[in-house]
Amino acid sequence: MVDTNELLSLDELEAAGNIRTGRKHVLSILVENKPGVLTRVSGLFTRRGFNIDTLSVGPTDDERVSRITLTLDGALHPIDQVVKQLHKLVNVLKIKDLEPTETVARELALFKVSVDGPTRSEIRELAEVFRGKVVDIGKRSIIVEITGERSKIEAFERLVRPYGLVEMIRTGEVAISRGRDET
Amino acid sequence: MRAVDAIMECLKAEGVDVVFGYPGGANLPTYDAFVDAGIHHVLVRHEAGAGHAAEGYAKATGKVGVAFGTSGPGATNLVTPIMDAMMDSVPVVFFTGQVRTELLGTDGFQEADTIGLTMPAVKHSFLITDPRELPRTIHEAFHIAGTGRPGPVVIDLPQDLSKVDIPYEPITDVHLPGYQPRTTGNQKQIRQAARALASARRPVIYAGGGVVLGNASEELRALVREGGFPITCTLMGLGAYPAPDPQWLGMLGMHGTRAANYAMDEADLICAIGARFDDRITGKLSEFAPRAKFIHIDVDPAEISKNIPAHIPIVGDAKQILPRLTDEYRALEADRPRLDAWWQRIRTWQERHPLAYEPAQDGGIKPQSVIEAIYTVTGGEAIICSDVGQHQMWSAQYYHYPEPRRWINSGGLGTMGFGLPAAIGAQMGDPERTTVVVTGDGSIQMNIQELATIRQENLPVKVVVLNNGYLGMVRQWQELFWQERYSHVEMNTYGGEDAFPDFVKLADAYGIRGLRLTNAETLEDDLRAAFAAEGPAFIDVRVTRNEKVYPMIAPGEAARDMVG
Ligand SMILES: Cc1ncc(C[n+]2csc(CCOP(=O)(O)OP(=O)(O)O)c2C)c(N)n1
Repeated sequence: MVDTNELLSLDELEAAGNIRTGRKHVLSILVENKPGVLTRVSGLFTRRGFNIDTLSVGPTDDERVSRITLTLDGALHPIDQVVKQLHKLVNVLKIKDLEPTETVARELALFKVSVDGPTRSEIRELAEVFRGKVVDIGKRSIIVEITGERSKIEAFERLVRPYGLVEMIRTGEVAISRGRDET
Repeated sequence: MRAVDAIMECLKAEGVDVVFGYPGGANLPTYDAFVDAGIHHVLVRHEAGAGHAAEGYAKATGKVGVAFGTSGPGATNLVTPIMDAMMDSVPVVFFTGQVRTELLGTDGFQEADTIGLTMPAVKHSFLITDPRELPRTIHEAFHIAGTGRPGPVVIDLPQDLSKVDIPYEPITDVHLPGYQPRTTGNQKQIRQAARALASARRPVIYAGGGVVLGNASEELRALVREGGFPITCTLMGLGAYPAPDPQWLGMLGMHGTRAANYAMDEADLICAIGARFDDRITGKLSEFAPRAKFIHIDVDPAEISKNIPAHIPIVGDAKQILPRLTDEYRALEADRPRLDAWWQRIRTWQERHPLAYEPAQDGGIKPQSVIEAIYTVTGGEAIICSDVGQHQMWSAQYYHYPEPRRWINSGGLGTMGFGLPAAIGAQMGDPERTTVVVTGDGSIQMNIQELATIRQENLPVKVVVLNNGYLGMVRQWQELFWQERYSHVEMNTYGGEDAFPDFVKLADAYGIRGLRLTNAETLEDDLRAAFAAEGPAFIDVRVTRNEKVYPMIAPGEAARDMVG
């Protein structure tokens, strides 16, 4: 018989639970454009113990419909469960678990980097190489806008961090599938 | 007409004849409309009572239950029944009052974010922002609550909007692009399932509450009889297959029979129908039915492969799928004798381990014997509404349910205080039938104020308290798993010997005939007399205090390691 007084080790806890990571998933979710829908979607993740990695929401070409792009880590089985649970929400119209190779995904990031005289042009050069845009130049700092795949944004971050990253902000990915099919 | 009068018209259009509720400032306009509506409104004594009564009504009748509460504290009192309805897939529409729109979000008097508070507990919810939407919203709420996998729907209505003059037109269509439950089931998968059943040598049919909810009991019986299969039901599924019956193994799970649990353990094929592999069923997941392949029939696709990967998933309505599965199976002309060895093995378990208990040595009343007496006295024809605890498990084990919708309990959430109000709803939904509440001295005190509702409505509900002076089920766990360190489970330690409160006096205070039974010899006759007398009765049965529910699969253990 089980001894309930026995303390569980953290390892056992981990082994017992769904604390697993698998490939990154990008879910594209079409929802009705109604108040509270985002709360329902994100609330479902909270309740089921899933960690949303990034989330972005915006209108689509149909004003009654919004698109949520949501990325998360997870092993295959739980993702399947998340998709099915999301489908149960009355305001969710369509969900696609986008295949990474068949998907165009972009993120936008703004980097505020501290600069002095000489480093200012270095940052500008870096931005150029990354096809970024310098959107503001101050006396002591510069703001660069980068759009692209996650890896590109992360690479840029690694490069400018040593200069002194004052602030950075990322939107989270938006994604759309390739080809003629609707996402 | 006033929006609130339109609500009444909508309710009538949905075929609602009785609702349960409690008034307050924010839903005063609605209550004003009740005056002329010609709808039977039952005034409960606590909003939780309204919610559970609506659940009891829905569970007994298969119709959508309806509950009303005011804003703020009224709405928060409804949270437990809302969650309860979610867990047991009970179709109930909850109407909550809300403060005036200009007060929303200002921490106004009696304001609570009802939509936010209930969001993780509802199938869907609506905050009314335009009163003209009320008729459509109500129709869609009933549609969502009652179709697919049923569940609770909340409609939150700000007080000012409820008084607006709106044009009323009956709504009959629904416009819910994101809500399209699949019901028919895939023919190829059904054929596959039939083939699997025809080749299995140790099959078990495992039926759950979904069969009851889906009114698929007849269809289930046909399949089980056609195949000569052994069948077991979950706590929620009791009555879906008639008990006792030669093919019936009894309930499975934590307090199920050994025959049922061992059969699951050794099965080569398990056909789950409207059942969700709850942890109270599977025990240790990794050791659950290790040799079995799984067919899983469920109207909710998210249940399939949630806990146990299904080899043959069939999404749809059991009522539609089962007859087709039976037809496909019949066409295969599978040979029956292939199951002989399996049945022999099952019969050995049944003979060796029948459900049984030791008779009391000292002339005390054994709680199990009370359930057996209730079964005898009612001829198995009653609706039994139970609370939560040991008495619930004994009611599941020792009363043999011949039909669905005769066993009403809080299975998923396990809500103490459920039984009495649920019986109010059940009795109103099925007035000709005897309704019995089986409860414990702990549970009954969670919603005992509903005795007033029973008196006011003059409902002939029979309440039987298995009074052991303990929170018995908790005591059992402390005894078995916490080295008998009994922490806060004794409920009658005030004033010496006698149990308190004095339930007979309490019943009397509510104008209900109360009686106390202490004699095992006359138990059956006493119960018969109490049930035969007209009107409600409150029967305090003093049972042996330290009884345990057996057999038992300890939490986290496997079925073959059952104890007791
Ligand atoms: C609202 C609520 N609180 C706590 C519990 C935990 N709980 C489960 S069974 C039980 C004891 C029930 O005691 P009683 O109603 O006297 O029934 P018995 O087990 O003695 O038959 C408790 C406290 C619960 N299920 N519901």
